[in-house]
Amino acid sequence: MIQVVLPRNLQSLAGTGRTVELDVSGQATQRSVLDALEARYPALLGTIRDPGTKRRRPMLRFFACEEDHSDDPIDAPLPGEVAAGKEPYLILGAIAGG
Amino acid sequence: MLVGTRKGAFILNSDGTRKSWDVQGPLFPGWEIYHLKGSPVDPDRLYASQSSGWFGQVMQRSSDAGKTWETVGNQFLYEGEVGPHKWYDGSPHPYEFKRVWHLEPSLHDADSVYAGAEDAALFQSKDGGTSWAELPGIRTHKTAAEWAPGAGGLCLHTIIIDPTDHDRIFIAISSAGAFRTDDAGKTWRAINHGLRSNHIPDPDAEVGHCVHRLAMHPSKPETLYMQKHWDVMRTDDGGENWREVSGNLPTDFGFVIDVNANDPETVYVLPITSDSLHFVPDGKLRVYRSKTGGDDWEALTKGLPQEDCYVNVLRDAMAVDGLDPCGIYFGTSGGQVYASADDGNSWNAVVRDLPGVLSVEVQTLK
Repeated sequence: MIQVVLPRNLQSLAGTGRTVELDVSGQATQRSVLDALEARYPALLGTIRDPGTKRRRPMLRFFACEEDHSDDPIDAPLPGEVAAGKEPYLILGAIAGG
Repeated sequence: MLVGTRKGAFILNSDGTRKSWDVQGPLFPGWEIYHLKGSPVDPDRLYASQSSGWFGQVMQRSSDAGKTWETVGNQFLYEGEVGPHKWYDGSPHPYEFKRVWHLEPSLHDADSVYAGAEDAALFQSKDGGTSWAELPGIRTHKTAAEWAPGAGGLCLHTIIIDPTDHDRIFIAISSAGAFRTDDAGKTWRAINHGLRSNHIPDPDAEVGHCVHRLAMHPSKPETLYMQKHWDVMRTDDGGENWREVSGNLPTDFGFVIDVNANDPETVYVLPITSDSLHFVPDGKLRVYRSKTGGDDWEALTKGLPQEDCYVNVLRDAMAVDGLDPCGIYFGTSGGQVYASADDGNSWNAVVRDLPGVLSVEVQTLK
């Protein structure tokens, strides 16, 4: 199971805790993980990726294994530790605003 | 009372005396709630626009008067070819959906609701918000390439459905002006004749006027009142011609305007110092009332702070109830919500310390 850590506002929107576990079929990529996340929690549709273009929202970033994967190709494999469920895939909101 | 704020929504309940209020919330804490409004057909059906600079647009629906909510559709896609509008510097800028500013439930179907968006567009849902379709006639208006955003964005912020003819709808866009459709949104005409805006190259232009708010009394749908960037205006022919009714106001800049539920000639505005000073003049929070449909205004101050007050009241943050005497309500950038249960003669702070208020709506339940 892949672990995904959500920012606080998305936790409340999805009605879940900080970490969710997802069963992702096939290779673990950012696209497959985000697709699985949105399928499990439809309330999150459009909040992480633009609903039309599917591009990452500009004030969110994706981290895994202490590396920033925000600008990686969406279909690139995620680190093996993430795919194995040993390390989480983190969705972070920019620290900005008030 | 349905209150949208910069950090969540609140529902305030009172009985007909409107003396004490029970405050529920925050709903959707941490999110900007630009607007929430109930269906006049089924007051238990509420719609809310929830948005965030981080997470985009979320739409919420309640079928039990706000006790529980469910997320509904948040895909707002512009139809067909999407042209440019003008950017602040006059250069062309592509239309891009940012958020829903205003929700206007249908007058005859609880599952039907309009949404006014930034960048300026009108959407409609006929399935309770599950899906949204653009009514592209307004965004593709012949003047649309000339529209430019106001300081708050290029937003379609006002939607008024004519209660005698549901195909006739009035909208306002900052800073394009006012528009009217007579065919349920297929085609639109600019209705800005008589407006004069000295800050635009042609003060009498067909479009380019920063209209902040329109208001109508349901018994007199040919008459509309307007709070423009500067100037309070009135039309008696459905927007064909406007005349200024600012009269003796201390300043005619402001955002809100509303009409007493029991008298179509009694109007309320809340003057703001200027476009560069978005707070009330002289440190005094004053609602101004005209009982003559404009021109002659009186300050209403009883119960409102008359020193050291420097708040703003945004365009969707005033509402009236349907009781007699009429209740008037408004919320401030400082998080206070004030209410009057006597046509505006006296006021009380219902709450004082909410996040900055973006919108106030009232449902009168029987």
